[in-house]
Amino acid sequence: MAVYTIWLREMLRFIRDKSRILGTLGMPLFFLVFIGTGLNSAFQGIDLPGGTNYIAFMAPGIVGMVLLFGSVFSGLTVVIDKQFGFMKEILVAPVSRSSIVLGKALGGATTALLQAMILLSFIFIFGVIPFSLNALLLALPLMFLISLGFVNIGVLFASKLDDPHGFQIVMNFFIMPIFFLSGAFFPLDKLPVWLKTLSLLDPLTYGVDGLRYILLGSSASFFGADGIWIDFAVLTGFAAITLLLGAHAFDRMQ
Amino acid sequence: MNIIETKALTKRFGDLIAVNALDLKVKKGEVFGLLGPNGAGKTTIISMLSTILTPSSGSALVSGKDVKNERNSVRKNIGIVFQDPSLDEELTGYENMDFHGRLYGMEKEQRVERIIELLELVDLIDKKDVPVKNYSGGMKRRLEIARGLLHKPKVLFLDEPTLGLDPQTRRYLWEYIQNMNKKDDVTIMLTTHYMEEADELCDRIAIIDHGKIVALDSPKNLKKKNKAETLEDVFIELTGRGIREENADSKESWKQKARSWRRG
Repeated sequence: MAVYTIWLREMLRFIRDKSRILGTLGMPLFFLVFIGTGLNSAFQGIDLPGGTNYIAFMAPGIVGMVLLFGSVFSGLTVVIDKQFGFMKEILVAPVSRSSIVLGKALGGATTALLQAMILLSFIFIFGVIPFSLNALLLALPLMFLISLGFVNIGVLFASKLDDPHGFQIVMNFFIMPIFFLSGAFFPLDKLPVWLKTLSLLDPLTYGVDGLRYILLGSSASFFGADGIWIDFAVLTGFAAITLLLGAHAFDRMQ
Repeated sequence: MNIIETKALTKRFGDLIAVNALDLKVKKGEVFGLLGPNGAGKTTIISMLSTILTPSSGSALVSGKDVKNERNSVRKNIGIVFQDPSLDEELTGYENMDFHGRLYGMEKEQRVERIIELLELVDLIDKKDVPVKNYSGGMKRRLEIARGLLHKPKVLFLDEPTLGLDPQTRRYLWEYIQNMNKKDDVTIMLTTHYMEEADELCDRIAIIDHGKIVALDSPKNLKKKNKAETLEDVFIELTGRGIREENADSKESWKQKARSWRRG
């Protein structure tokens, strides 16, 4: 009941805030349309995993970007609740801290997922990647796990920070490397060892790889035919560990 | 019967002792006032009694439940209006109430009925679907009080609920609070800086300074004992004329303490 209540509020606030929906979708669309088309023409004839063209190769990466940005910034609601005093109303209610964190996490993951679905429908409608219902259904749980993990990280940082501007600055230092290292723009197989190592430490790499596997076929995965299992396993572990860390940080907040 | 009972309740922040071995008993159905200069420890006392802050030592029972070990039972039995606003400005008045009712586990039928009843009572029923960001200060305060009462608490904490409101709204709020105290038998613990308000409303008053009770009695007796005309004279007499800083550092608070000792 408490988890649902917190989730419901996140949904209400999300629907009210049209600028947030536009804001988080604008940038990824520019990436996809301008950089995607630009690099697509520059990289004609280059061999990409899965044998796709560049813009199709990049599209799952941009879906990952929406999930990452949407999720992490939903942690901002925690900072805003603290600033506007609403957090006190939540903390003094007879509900456990863990159900508050879980409600926030599920709410944030749902909003990120909705934004990713909007982008994905653009990708299907404009034929960047051919539509497949199976792929879409398989992508949903994967996208949910990606969002859940990054929402938890948002909550973790938000528990420590009281100022929304500070939160955004700190988050940019976190988000950008995570995004660039995820292999959204380039295949991992030809990278120098140091960069490949960093990429493999990045949880979003497994998210983008899983999305490529599902949307472009198993040959597009860096980890090969069984890649999807590796991706799901890593992302499940990532979501579980960050949930514990986020709950712990939230619990210690006063 | 005592609905609030504290024993040697203490809160330290580093070197600063915000609340110092407080022994306090509040009877069921009382309107109990906590008065004191800024930084005296009033909000800290309310924060401990409402489980927001954990006491450093000592104990407190609210409605028979321990604030350290039975937090959730305490939380179910109390309502609180914080000194600073605590509404979701993006949601409507009704949605703020509804969120609260759900968090306190109220069934839908009872929740809806009670929300409407309370919104009528605080005269916000016409504005129930307006986002709170479009409310005036007085309307927000009324909504917070209605929200604090939604789950039928046994004790209602009001931390300076009339701060920054015009006299009309203040009078209206107090009348309402008095009614509710009589009708629903809600015990009320409040803090205020308006002495005439405290005088008129409270059955008993504790004057707090430096985290300790310096006087505790009915407003009438306080005035009689201190041979004062008004409660404000009593207050100044007992807590001195020095101006307090809200976040006085420990050194400063020691200086103040020394000054008040000399005076006493």
